[in-house]
Amino acid sequence: MKKTVLFSALLLTLSSQAFAAEEIVLPKQHWPHKSLFGAYDKAAVQRGFQVYKEVCSSCHALKFLSYRNLGDLGYTPDEVKAVAAQFTVTDGPNDDGEMFERTALPSDHFKSPFKNDKAARAANNGALPPDMSLLVKARESGEDYIFGVLTGFEDAPAGVEMQPGMNYNKYFPGHQIAMAKPLSDGQVGYSDGTGASLEQEARDVTQFLAWASEPHMEQRKQTGLKVILFLLAFAGIMYKAKKKIWAKLK
Amino acid sequence: MAGSAKTEKFDNKTIQWINDRLPVFSMMQDEYGKFPTPRNFNYFWNFGAIAMAMLGIMIVTGIFLAMHYVPTGSMAFESIERMSRDVNYGWLLRYAHMNGASFFFIAVYIHIFRGLFYGSYKKPRELIWIFGVVIMLLMMATAFMGYALPWSQMSGWGVTVITSLFSAVPLVGDGLVTWLWGGFSIDSPTLNRFYALHFLLPFVICAVVFVHVWALHVTGSNNPTGVEPKSEKDTIPFSPYYTTKDSFGTVVFLVLFMAMVFFAPLLLTEPDHFRQFDPMQTPSHIVPEWYFLPFYAILRAFTLDISIPFTHIVLLTAKLQGVLAMFGSILLLLFLPWIDTSPVRSARCRPIYKWCLMLLVVAMVALGYAGAKPPEGAAVWFGRAGTFYYFLHFLVIVPWLGKNEKTLPLPKSIHEEVED
Repeated sequence: MKKTVLFSALLLTLSSQAFAAEEIVLPKQHWPHKSLFGAYDKAAVQRGFQVYKEVCSSCHALKFLSYRNLGDLGYTPDEVKAVAAQFTVTDGPNDDGEMFERTALPSDHFKSPFKNDKAARAANNGALPPDMSLLVKARESGEDYIFGVLTGFEDAPAGVEMQPGMNYNKYFPGHQIAMAKPLSDGQVGYSDGTGASLEQEARDVTQFLAWASEPHMEQRKQTGLKVILFLLAFAGIMYKAKKKIWAKLK
Repeated sequence: MAGSAKTEKFDNKTIQWINDRLPVFSMMQDEYGKFPTPRNFNYFWNFGAIAMAMLGIMIVTGIFLAMHYVPTGSMAFESIERMSRDVNYGWLLRYAHMNGASFFFIAVYIHIFRGLFYGSYKKPRELIWIFGVVIMLLMMATAFMGYALPWSQMSGWGVTVITSLFSAVPLVGDGLVTWLWGGFSIDSPTLNRFYALHFLLPFVICAVVFVHVWALHVTGSNNPTGVEPKSEKDTIPFSPYYTTKDSFGTVVFLVLFMAMVFFAPLLLTEPDHFRQFDPMQTPSHIVPEWYFLPFYAILRAFTLDISIPFTHIVLLTAKLQGVLAMFGSILLLLFLPWIDTSPVRSARCRPIYKWCLMLLVVAMVALGYAGAKPPEGAAVWFGRAGTFYYFLHFLVIVPWLGKNEKTLPLPKSIHEEVED
């Protein structure tokens, strides 16, 4: 009784945090990696990487990822090397004290599209395209929010006054977003032959960003299963031991 | 303790040699082997051991995190993200430490509830209780400073809200805040001192836990009947009986803790914790961690300045009232052994107190709800009602019941209660 009261107290306290002041209802999508033991859909994440590389990466950085991390998605070491080799990075200083350009290696971080935030703002009408490494974890409703924004562009309804340079988005808080509609049907030509509808592209790139924000999720769930099974067995043994020892008292 | 060193005999010569010179083995034997303990503990008595296990886990994970953490405004957020990705099992260290704080508080809050329910703070255990309240205060300070270290939006703005409370202190308030921050705004110096203190305080907690347990071993434990052990029939040696029972309880608790770490590590984490602190951009909704919510609600329950009638002279600003009430709500617990004058310890024999305590739990839930919500609508009333009952309970109901409650007859002894 006392335990139930205390525990429901806790649950109430916890669940109440989940509500945020927000009237926008995002369309709920099914994300395979969100279930208890769910893994990332590797094919979708690879396609999502293609969308990121061909579209998003012109404005959005992914600074916490290195090219070598792509190996986790099923790319071979040679493929990873080939991806990295498409970029040049600044290294140095060399023995003469000069910075120099070289081809990127798998150990390099993803190259950011802009030198710094000021440069990013200058190129984007004053708005700062956020780094995408943690985007899924840094937004309320994570995946559903990103999918919603990517598919939520439409013409502004009559009577809504848009500020200069802003675009109407039905799922973005305030509905005025600086980013122009980035994806549309056939925006990328998928190398695996999947039809590139807007929804498909949005779903794929969202799954890529989910992986980017939590690359260790699969290892975490697999380790967790073993840890819980071990602890349950251990608890059983401790219970038996306790029972046996306490039996002496009677 | 000193006298028993001579009489103890150990088969192992090395142990005997050490024990003759430093009687640690006799001490362990007396305090954890033979230590006579009431035979009727229920599972509520596991939570002291569980809290101690959590303290150990927090210190161990914390030390390894500290090896990879960079306590500078420009690097802190990035260093934590890099360690979760690039250090072997860095994600595990981080998630265990983050959620460990929550589970440490769960264990300690249940432990405190146990003390309130069974009257464990009463004579002769007043000092044990006072050390316990000090531990809770130190834990709160440590948790708050730890929350600052990731240097996220929630970190930076949480620190802003809480440190700004000190500006409510009359006359010296603003100077005090500047002194706490180490500058005129929250920046690297603030982060650096929080990191130093966050590393130090857990060891201070260890020291206070030591005296907490030391004092416990002088008076012996309370038990569910609230009646002191009277004969040898009432007690059993701590080991193996309670070592096995505590181990079982701790492992069960670890199952829940690990389930959270591995399968829902971000359940209690706000999205703003994954954005780097930006002093120019306030998040829409700043909330503390769940274990602070009831106290945060008490802070916000006061909204009217008290002034001299018909003048504009404010005697006590609403902010200062809230700050005093919040700190007062915890500090008054220090005096609980004297506020509660009832000679009966256990709520099992106190029919009215028992329900008033349940109401206090309900009030804490209402306060928790109020603390999580923006201060508008029903949440405001939950906050006020909860705050009202919290102080009514400790300042009026408990003293009144101490004098007037008709208590039930106490069991004659522990073993009779157990054998019934």
